[in-house]
Amino acid sequence: MNKVENNKAWFLVLPMLVLVSFSAVIPLMTVVNYSIQDILGNSAFFVGTEWFEKTLNDPDLQGALLRQFAFSFTILAIEVPLGIAIALLMPKKGWQASAVLILVILPLLVPWNVVGSMWQIFTRGDIGLMGYGINALGYDYSITSNATDAWVTIILMDVWHWTPLIALLCYSGLRAIPEAYYQAARIDRASNWAVFRYIQLPKLTNVLVIGVLLRFMHSFMIYAEPFVLTGGGPGSSTTFLSQSLTSMAIGQQDLGPSAAFSIIYFLIILAVSYVFYIAIMNMQKDKVNTQGGA
Amino acid sequence: MSWMVWTVPTAVFFATIAALLAGMTVWQIVSPTVERQGFLPVPTTRGDRFFIGLLTSAYIHLGVIGFTTISIWLALVASIAWMVVLMRWG
Repeated sequence: MNKVENNKAWFLVLPMLVLVSFSAVIPLMTVVNYSIQDILGNSAFFVGTEWFEKTLNDPDLQGALLRQFAFSFTILAIEVPLGIAIALLMPKKGWQASAVLILVILPLLVPWNVVGSMWQIFTRGDIGLMGYGINALGYDYSITSNATDAWVTIILMDVWHWTPLIALLCYSGLRAIPEAYYQAARIDRASNWAVFRYIQLPKLTNVLVIGVLLRFMHSFMIYAEPFVLTGGGPGSSTTFLSQSLTSMAIGQQDLGPSAAFSIIYFLIILAVSYVFYIAIMNMQKDKVNTQGGA
Repeated sequence: MSWMVWTVPTAVFFATIAALLAGMTVWQIVSPTVERQGFLPVPTTRGDRFFIGLLTSAYIHLGVIGFTTISIWLALVASIAWMVVLMRWG
């Protein structure tokens, strides 16, 4: 069959392209322009790479970056296995399935700053259930003076808020596995572990990569929850990248250094997301190849 | 456009990127890319290698600016050399 190549569909992308250029490309160009100048009111001085040098060697920002990676990888290490476990335990059909599904995804419906406020009250020693309870058990719990308490609480808060997303993705992934696989496993008298390891987990790979990607990017940009809960303290022990950036750009009006910082932040997210993108694409390619060969 | 506070170096930078993208488009029309496997761990098209090259060049520049006292022009030379190697054998 002779195929006529017609690329006119590309013109349909034009409106989107215009929109993206105004919402992303032009602001990004402006940020690049800002990053090499010292801007005071209406006057701008060219400073070259000075802001980049300063930002890359700023111990506060290096600390925030390390904390950011530590935070993102900690919550991924907890939320992914926990989400899979919850998805496996959820009822498969009937009214119980709907009821449990609604209960599980409720935290996802709460806005970020509300999550922060809820946990702020929840962890207070005088009126909060968790704070009061832990204090009553004899442990002096305080997220405003003890950095470890603050960290554990923020991680707990994020796990509470976002594990449902992983659980939801895995649940839909599990429902998409044809019954025939389980029947074959029963004929082979496969153990529950073998079913999980060789049927369920491989079938979940695609949704898990999407889940991990979403959770990584999201947690890497986390702002409202720790800001409301701890304000970045005690000291700067829970100050993450976006909060450092905001206090620099809006608090101190240091437009040049914060522009340089934004570009570095952007490059980190871009690199990690690209690696995930490549991983997803290759996984799908492998799948197509094996299906084509079968 | 004054609110965008353009400077000559950034204008040259973006013009170069735009010219490279336009060049890549023309190259693609003249001879479409074929996906292949080089020294990179995954099979890549010409556009993939171009993007990887730009991103790694950004990191090369940041590394040189932040953690050495070498001139940024050397970073540029190194990036161009790396870009050529990547496009040819990547």
